[in-house]
This record gives sequence, structure tokens and C-alpha cells, in this order.
Amino acid sequence: MGLQTTEKPFLERVEEAKKDKFMQGSVAKAQDAQLIKREDARAQLGHWQQWRELGEQIRKETVRYLPDYLEEFADNVEKQGGHVFFAKDDKEAAAFIRQVAVEKKAKNIVKSKSMVTAEIGLNKQLLSIPGVSLMETDLAEFILQEDDWDEPTHIVFPTLHKNRTQIQKIFQKLGYKGDNDPSTMAKFARKYLRNKFIHADLGITGCNFAIADNGMINLVTNEGNADLCMAIPKTQVVVMGMERIVPSLKEAETLDNMLSRSAVGQKLTSYCTFCGKKQDGESDGPDDFYVVIVDNGRSKALGTVFEPVLQCIRCGACLNVCPIYRHIGGHGYGSIYPGPIGAVLSPILDGYEKFGDLPFASSLCAACTETCPVKIPLHHLLIEHRRIMMDKIHTDHTFTNQIMKIIGVGTGSPFLFKSVLRFGHVGLNVLTTKKPANTVSGFLYQQGRVGKVNPPLPKLMLGWTDLRDLPNVSKKHQNFRSWFGKHTPVKAVAHPQPLK
Amino acid sequence: MKVTIFDTCVVDLFFPQVAEDMVEVLERFGCDCDVPTNQICCGQPTYNSGYEKESIKTIHNEIDTLLANGSDYIVGPAGSCVAMLHEYQFMLKDDPEYAEKAKELAAKSYEFSQFLYRVLGVVDAGAQLDTVATYHRSCHMTRLLGEAETPYILLKHVKGLDLKPLPHVEKCCGFGGMFSAKEPTLSQPMVDEKVDSIVSTGAQTLISCDPACLMNIGGRMNRRGIKMNVMHLANVLNHNVDPSRIKFVKDVDKAAI
Repeated sequence: MGLQTTEKPFLERVEEAKKDKFMQGSVAKAQDAQLIKREDARAQLGHWQQWRELGEQIRKETVRYLPDYLEEFADNVEKQGGHVFFAKDDKEAAAFIRQVAVEKKAKNIVKSKSMVTAEIGLNKQLLSIPGVSLMETDLAEFILQEDDWDEPTHIVFPTLHKNRTQIQKIFQKLGYKGDNDPSTMAKFARKYLRNKFIHADLGITGCNFAIADNGMINLVTNEGNADLCMAIPKTQVVVMGMERIVPSLKEAETLDNMLSRSAVGQKLTSYCTFCGKKQDGESDGPDDFYVVIVDNGRSKALGTVFEPVLQCIRCGACLNVCPIYRHIGGHGYGSIYPGPIGAVLSPILDGYEKFGDLPFASSLCAACTETCPVKIPLHHLLIEHRRIMMDKIHTDHTFTNQIMKIIGVGTGSPFLFKSVLRFGHVGLNVLTTKKPANTVSGFLYQQGRVGKVNPPLPKLMLGWTDLRDLPNVSKKHQNFRSWFGKHTPVKAVAHPQPLK
Repeated sequence: MKVTIFDTCVVDLFFPQVAEDMVEVLERFGCDCDVPTNQICCGQPTYNSGYEKESIKTIHNEIDTLLANGSDYIVGPAGSCVAMLHEYQFMLKDDPEYAEKAKELAAKSYEFSQFLYRVLGVVDAGAQLDTVATYHRSCHMTRLLGEAETPYILLKHVKGLDLKPLPHVEKCCGFGGMFSAKEPTLSQPMVDEKVDSIVSTGAQTLISCDPACLMNIGGRMNRRGIKMNVMHLANVLNHNVDPSRIKFVKDVDKAAI
């Protein structure tokens, strides 16, 4: 699969997504339910803003000294007999893991949910090995796999776009005969997958946090499938983005707490595991243990204004509050990392040519920045991407670009602005055609109204009036400045006694 | 007390009634207002679109103009634009000439409702408006300026006003400045959901502290043929005022605020 999920142009993806009313309904429902669960879970913890500050400090410190923490972590994994591979990019990472599978003569591979394995396109590589069976064991990822490898639409809830009847149909292909009751279907999947676990010889998991000072992997799940992927097969491969590291168990505890509350509104997930290579005297765990640490463009953010994006703990809360995500869902973004974090991260990982539209797909409402548990200034970083595209590398060669520059000149010159105030009404009046009476009363259209306009007027103006009516510019003698020059001040009834 | 009016480009161009009502309310509370005519715009249309170079002149002009009269305070009728005035200090922190001025500007600048309650201590502006209303909370005023309370406090004390809670009050209306014109495909479902939420409250009147959000929501309502009375908070607080009703923080129990 890889980072990019489709090559269709942005607007086409958005139009397709907007037609999917079921998806929109389920995303809205999930967002609304998560709002209550998440805020409750955070309120129960108390002092949420201070927790965020702590979370930010931990992640900032880790990212700032990332090379040191990675070295410490790798040393500790190797001390315990594990192997660490640093992969420069997606291809190197996937090729290494494929090689491990070939060398171990793996036949039955089980995976637990991991966004980074999707990012590096691992499944395709593994399936290219003759005679290998590959099984996604996270319930949602299992559903996607059995639906001909459909793409996830959310980093925490991958099948948000599917309903229970669709899932029932997918399961029927595997011999399921029951109804569309979620618990009956989950039991079926459990039984089906259990058989795969027992025979698995290679387990692949992601990693929520890697603990630098003891070389352990921290996995946070609700299904326990990751624990089985790790406990049963003789060989385990852990794949992690290079920033997914914390200094010690102490910081992991803090972040697990914040992650569970932010991602799913739980105090803690059902399973929260710390694991590594099987040690002497232990009854389960892998004999061979590999950790693949993936860069794949992440280091491009280091030392730049985008460095805070590496603070992300992949809770998905920014998706769950985003009004754009609410309406276009994950597929609209065309990246396996959708939503605000995806709009910031995807262009860093793989450039503006593929993902340059995403930073503009935001009203900058800052709901993402407000909810982020580790205080990534997401909406600021979206503006930073825009700034690089418009001011530095000039990706926009359309007429809109020229108009933006004209707006820049107009809002920077008092003389020009005063001219607009003087002549604007007449100018816009030309566009005013006969139209029905206003249904909206109040101050909006007291100076007149412009309805829908037609080409060849600039796209920017059509973009406004295709959807909404536009107020006309005030006549010069009726505008605020003229009024202010003439008006008699209202009699003061109180003398101000400033509180500040 | 000298107050410089930061009237904002949108109000200057389209909505005289908003600024006029704001000025009259402020004068009623003893503010000596002035309107520097060289002010233009806070710079968001270009800055937020990525045109930083084009915005710097706009921002410098706004700082110089608003500070020129040496007023005690700068007050504006738009939460988003005032939030931008507060952002300058971070954008210009390495600007030798403007870093300090930007800090001074931020310290003096208030959104209208914020200024009434937090500086003047006004709880009841003495207004009366017999209507069923709902309030649209703007994203920038709430999240960037950090002000989520003051409009509600002032509206609670308007005589005759029945204020209904707005479902999904936290969701953006889809304005987003140039976003609304550049990305209409994305903006449309947002503004439609906002319109539907407002209609679902049964309100006859929609109130906000951000004229641009109202221009977006009201513009969509008018296009869809929905009946609504759209008002800025200043229009409400300057409506049918009886000075004998005016109350300050010091006049009321904390519980009654």
C-alpha cells in the first residue's frame, strides 16, 4: 500500500468521499461519541492541561536527543540478544523484513495493527514470498484484509467507514453463517484467528513506545492480538517509526495513560504490555527478536520548524475533532495518515507533489491543536506548509496566486484600501442581478447583496458565491468611518473603573 | 479612558452597523473612542494562505496605526482578528523594530465582549431584545484568543432574550478566511451542518462575536432561503437600552454572573 493510498486527484477524492453518506454518518457518530468519552476520561484524570505540558516536555526532550535515545535503545535490545535494523526508507525496511521471513522459512505470518507497516508497504512484500500466508489479526485490519485489502480510514479505528452488514458479507466469504450482531461476528473472528495464531511462525507487531533504558517494546491494545503475535511465534519483528521512543518506563506510564484517554476514552486499554526477546526462565516470547527502526523521511523534520510533528503519539484525537475529517473521512486525504496530523506529516514524508493539497484542506479552526495531548501546534504547522509552498517554492501558478498577491498589496496600503472603501459599492453593484428578497434580516445585507456570479469572474469569488450570498460593500457615505466622523457621542452613564 | 477602535476590514467594507453599535456601547460606558483611518486589515487573508512576505507590510501598518494614538486600549468587534493581533508578538519576535511594539499591542488589545466584561466589569449592558436566540462561538476567539465565556455572560443578562444552547457548538462553521472561497467543496458540508444545527434550536436570531462567521453562515442561510435574524453581539447590547438596568461585576453576587 505505502503512504499514498490513491493517485486520484484531491478534488476527485473529496467528491467521492462526499457522496459516501454512510461513511459521513458513521464518522460524525464516532466523533460525537468520542468527544464525550475522551473528555470524560481526561476530566477524570484531572489537571489535563498540566498533563499535556508534561506530555509535551517528554516528547520534546526525546525528539531533541533522538540519536542518543535510539543508540541507548538499540544497545539494550542487542544486550538481550535481539537485533536492530535501522531502515533509511520504506523499501529498505520492507526488504529487510522480507529477508527475515525468507531466512526463517516462515509460512504463517501473523500481524497486529501497525500504521508504520502500512506506510512501508510491508504486506505486498511479504505476500510476494511463495507459499506464505499472511494474516492481519487486529479485528478491524482483519476485516479490511478480507475485503480485498481495503484501505484503513482512521489511524485508531481503521474500519470506521464500514457497517455491520458490510462486515457480515465479508465474513460470509470465510464461511460465517450468523447474523450481523457485532459480538457474534467478533466471536467468529476470534475462533478463526486463534487457529492462525497457534500455527504462526513469524509475528509482526508495531510499537507504541520503545523504552530506551531497558530495550523493551510497549504495546497498547484492546484485543490482545498483539500479545499473541509476540508470545506464540518463534520469531518476532517489531516495526517502529524512529521517533516512537521514550527514555524510561516512567515516561511510558505517563504517555500510555494519556494515549488511552485521548485515543479511545479509556483510563487504560485492556492490554498494556512490555515485551522483548524471551529471557531465561520465561515461558513465552520470541527466540529471535528483531526491531526495525524506520526513518522514511522523518529525519527531514528534525531541526526544522516541523520537528514537533515527531512528538505525535498516534492517538488520533485530532482526526476525531476535525470538521474536515468529519465530512471527507480518511479516504479523502489519500494518505494512510489522514486528518490534521496526516495533513502535516504526509508532505514531510513524501513531498508536496503528492500531498501539497492537504495543508490547504483546513479552515485552521485549531480544534486539532487544542486537543493534541502532546501539544503539537498542528494548525500552525499547516500554515508553515502553506508558507513554504506559496512564498518559497511557488507551487501555485494560477490566477488565484495573483489575486492573493493583489490582496497583499491592497491590505498593506492605506491609500488603496481607502479607494476600495470609496468605490467598492459601485464596483460590486455591477454584479448585483435581480434576485429574490432576503430571508436573512439583521446587519448582513443592509448595504445590499450580491447573489451568485458567473465566470469569467475570479475563481475565488465564484468559490464564495456558488454557496453563499455576499453582502455588498457599504456606500461611502454610509460606511462606518463616515458615520464616526459625523456622529454625536452617546452620553456616558458610567465612569469606567477598569478591573485591569 | 481612551479606546482605539480596531474596526477590521470586513466591518469597514460591509458592516457599518456592527462598529456603530460597538462604539455607542463603549461610549455609554465612558470610553473616549477614536478610529485611526490608516488601519486596514490584520493580515490573516494572506498570512494564513501562506503569503508571509505579502503580509508583513500589512501587519506593520496595522501595528503602527493602532498604537499611534497612544490609547489605553484597542478594542475590536471580531474575535478572530483580535486573536491575530495577539499572534503578532510570536510572528515578529525576531523583528528588531516591531517585536516590542507587537507585545505592547497584544497587551492592549481586546475583543469587544472581553473588554466589556474583563476590563470594564460590565455584566448587564442594559439591553433588551425579545427573541429566541442561539450563539455561534467562533473557533479563533475560543481557541486562539482563549475567550469562551464573556459573550455568554453578557447575553445572559439581556432582558427578554431566550438563549438556546447550540448543538456542536465546538465545530467550525466552514469560514476559515480564504478557505471559504478557495475550498468551497470542503467548506460547504461544514457550513450546511452549522446551519442545520442552528435551525434545530428553533432560534429566530443568530448571534456571534465574529462578523465573518456570520457572513458565511448567514450567506448560506439566505441562499438556502432560511429565515433568520443575524446579529452581532454589539447590535444586541445596543438594543433598547435602559441605563437603569446596567450592572457591573461589583454590583452582583458572583453566583449571579
